[in-house]
Amino acid sequence: MNVLVPALRRLGIAVLTVVLASLFVFLAVQALPGDVAQQLLGQNATPEAVQQLRATLGLDENVWLRYLQWLAGAAHGDFGTSLVSGEPVAPTLLTAFRNSMLIALPAMLVGVTLSLALGVLAGVRRGRATDRIVSTVSLLVMSVPEFMVATVLVLLFAIGLPVFPAVVLRGSDATVAELLPTVWLPIVVLTLAMAAYILRTARSSTIDVMASEFVTTAELKGLTMRRVVWKHALPSALLPTLNVIALNVAWLLGGVVVVENVFNYPGMGKLMLESVSNRDLPTIEAIALLSALVYVVCNLAADLVALALDPKLRTRQRRTRTRPVRSTRKAHA
Amino acid sequence: MTAVAPRSRSVLGAAVAPFRSSTALGVGLAFIAVHLVLAVLAPVIAGHDPVATDATDVLAGPSWAHWLGTDQYGRDLLSRTLNGGRYALLVTFLATTIAVAVGTVVGCVTAYADNWFDEVVMRVVDALLSVPSILALLVVVTVFDAGLWVIVLAVTVVYAPAVTRVVRGAARTVITQDYVTAARARGERAVSIVFREILPNVLDVVLVEFAMRASWIVLLVASLSFLGFGANPPTPDWGLMVQENRTALTVVPLGTLAPIVALATLVVGLNLAADGLAKSLGVDRAQQGAGA
Repeated sequence: MNVLVPALRRLGIAVLTVVLASLFVFLAVQALPGDVAQQLLGQNATPEAVQQLRATLGLDENVWLRYLQWLAGAAHGDFGTSLVSGEPVAPTLLTAFRNSMLIALPAMLVGVTLSLALGVLAGVRRGRATDRIVSTVSLLVMSVPEFMVATVLVLLFAIGLPVFPAVVLRGSDATVAELLPTVWLPIVVLTLAMAAYILRTARSSTIDVMASEFVTTAELKGLTMRRVVWKHALPSALLPTLNVIALNVAWLLGGVVVVENVFNYPGMGKLMLESVSNRDLPTIEAIALLSALVYVVCNLAADLVALALDPKLRTRQRRTRTRPVRSTRKAHA
Repeated sequence: MTAVAPRSRSVLGAAVAPFRSSTALGVGLAFIAVHLVLAVLAPVIAGHDPVATDATDVLAGPSWAHWLGTDQYGRDLLSRTLNGGRYALLVTFLATTIAVAVGTVVGCVTAYADNWFDEVVMRVVDALLSVPSILALLVVVTVFDAGLWVIVLAVTVVYAPAVTRVVRGAARTVITQDYVTAARARGERAVSIVFREILPNVLDVVLVEFAMRASWIVLLVASLSFLGFGANPPTPDWGLMVQENRTALTVVPLGTLAPIVALATLVVGLNLAADGLAKSLGVDRAQQGAGA
């Protein structure tokens, strides 16, 4: 019962966040310079034609009214028509999203598994050679920009040792089968980019837990190190890592921009760059809404899992109602 | 997950302690100091105009005249890398300072208010955080046209909300302390409590936040330039240099390597400094940071 209230509260906040985020983006996008109608018709268009197109596009109406109309449409999966291609936004966006997931999902799986394993290992062996190596490498990976990792990988595995193609030559109409040979290098870059942060969090929370009294007790009981780590330390150490994982998974959506740009990969990030340079307002708004949705869902999932796993969090939530758990959480994007 | 270790009220003590207890901080600050010195002395060391082209001497390897060689337009790579450092440090310093200052003040105020205002601010913060930072940056830069102050503004929009959330979390634990209750009982005004009781006691968190954000902002600004939305050519900017010289990677590897090594050493320095600060101030850094 007492879990239900904070769970519902979080759900409400999640919905509100998405709506607010969409409003911000809608308003910001309206401020983009250049008249859309003028741009669509070109420099030689007559003022009458521009005026007529403005009316057709509904650009003369009140901003708030247009926002509500757009939101109502978006709720039904209708994101309007792209100003550049003249096609509906939704199918284009979905294809791009699918393509991005093709590189993001494997990166997530490998990245999360790898970084948790290495992070816990480094945390348990704090101060020893394993820890030193893992920590140093993760610091280095964190400090080198993705575009460099991507460039070096292209140099090594596409030019030096031609195993993978350097860039994707197909446009957004490529099928999954056609994209498969090209996904490997982008996956490696994304994995490295996200793994470092999760690894560091996992390491530091493992260190905290290993220093706690209940782990000392377990050790004093004479349990084997293996058992202490797996049964006692690991579950508690993973809990604070959850939020960081959620944020990194959500970050992947924005983080794919650079990677997709380097590999010319037809995903969300590339669509984002194109639509910003082309002032394709409906597409930008749709991308923002979808990204906000993914961010919120990831965070909600992490919050709910944490709530379900951690009895301490539940009781604290109930005892001091004015200080919801969110406030003590320090993770963020 | 919970708090920040017991806070000492002595600001001076907190300022001196880190150097005694952390080698990471020392090494990190040394990296940053080298970058600062190079940036300040750039015009003296470089010896070439970073934007001067020379059609007779393009894509050259290292020579006595050009220590790191030249790029496709015959511009001196050493001068461009060094001057790129000036630009990167300036943008990073301005953007980080403003973003962290805004986030800190809003975070302290909203934590102290603890009413509908807090609720509204936090919902706005959540919403801003849910938009991918790179998209927000792209839109702001496109609206106002790229330039130093626009990038600073864009970074503030993107990072101030995150700082707000972290500082608010830290401030809420401070508010429960006796000295805040005492200040309230003395009848001090809200402004005075926020700025004289709460703010000094979240400074350790803010300091770590500053170092950590700076390391991300360096990378973010470089990425933005790399994507063609940041510094305008021919500005000597590290991200832009990589973008320009990437295609000639096999011919003049130094054109890409020099800005990358510069970028990476600066970020490593900032990260080490953040680590060291967090450790010696007792701030849980891993909990603070997530993703870029």
